[in-house]
Amino acid sequence: MRVTVNGDPRDVPADCTVATVVAEAGVAPDERGVAVAVDGDVVPRSRWAATPLNPEARVEVLRATAGG
Amino acid sequence: MLDPRPDDLVIAGVPLTSRLLLGSGGFTRLDRFERALEASGSELVTVALRRVEQAPGGLYDAIERGGARVLPNTAGCYTAREAVQTARLAREAFGTDWLKLEVIGDRRTLLPDAVELLRAAEELVADGFVVLPYTTDDAVLARRLEDVGCAAVMPLGSPIGSGLGLRNPHAIALLRDAVSVPVILDAGIGTASDAALAMELGCDAVLCATAISRAREPERMATAVRLAVEAGRLARGAGRIPRLDHAQASTSDAGIPDLTPAP
Repeated sequence: MRVTVNGDPRDVPADCTVATVVAEAGVAPDERGVAVAVDGDVVPRSRWAATPLNPEARVEVLRATAGG
Repeated sequence: MLDPRPDDLVIAGVPLTSRLLLGSGGFTRLDRFERALEASGSELVTVALRRVEQAPGGLYDAIERGGARVLPNTAGCYTAREAVQTARLAREAFGTDWLKLEVIGDRRTLLPDAVELLRAAEELVADGFVVLPYTTDDAVLARRLEDVGCAAVMPLGSPIGSGLGLRNPHAIALLRDAVSVPVILDAGIGTASDAALAMELGCDAVLCATAISRAREPERMATAVRLAVEAGRLARGAGRIPRLDHAQASTSDAGIPDLTPAP
């Protein structure tokens, strides 16, 4: 199925979870300071592995950068 | 919680020894940032949240290694809705309720959108956030932000990144008197003397990013701004003399000798 991760279209298996795309985005399992939104809503880290993605889901994987 | 010392800055019940907040914006090298953080003495550092491809990583850990607390911002948000969503992501990422709330109304000036700002502040306070809003130097808006429960207000001295200093010191002084929450001068600092002026006007703290990060020597400028904040705070407490529109001799006329030559 097709999803969008940080603005890029991505073909993923139908059983793909948030945790899978976060790992593919280059985030280490123990990296702190990361947040994920799916279709604009926060998905807490504790639920990444158990949250499946729907077709057309828009995933944002974010971390701290210089600013402010 | 630690007991505050007599001159601590207290925000939402948390005492801070340093009255200089460091903005991480503009730093492109982590090692330069870490040295500047140490030189600044800051205990509160702003960060933004961006897609991982555009965020090299390591900044969050560097701030904690430096003994400072992370203050996430909502930079880049133009509506209350975007700001609230970004705030919730920041809370998840950093495990803090503290937030520098920015809701921008115009890309060229980066001035705050007062209507959206107030709306976002109200919603975020209700959601348990400690909200520090980046705002204009408008005393009435600052009071409205205090009324909805903001923990501090952060008026601009001049536009973000402009380095123009405090373009309207009178407005900052009026704002200072209008609210009882801490006032943190944010945006516009160009060099150390701007920070000193902000503190002399009664601001409780100064946030400085670009003036340090884009200085030729960030570490040295961080030291300069730290000292300026301390100097300004001391001067404010000491009480400046009134301004006069004429001279007032500091040396007494009493006892002036008669030096007239003999006829």
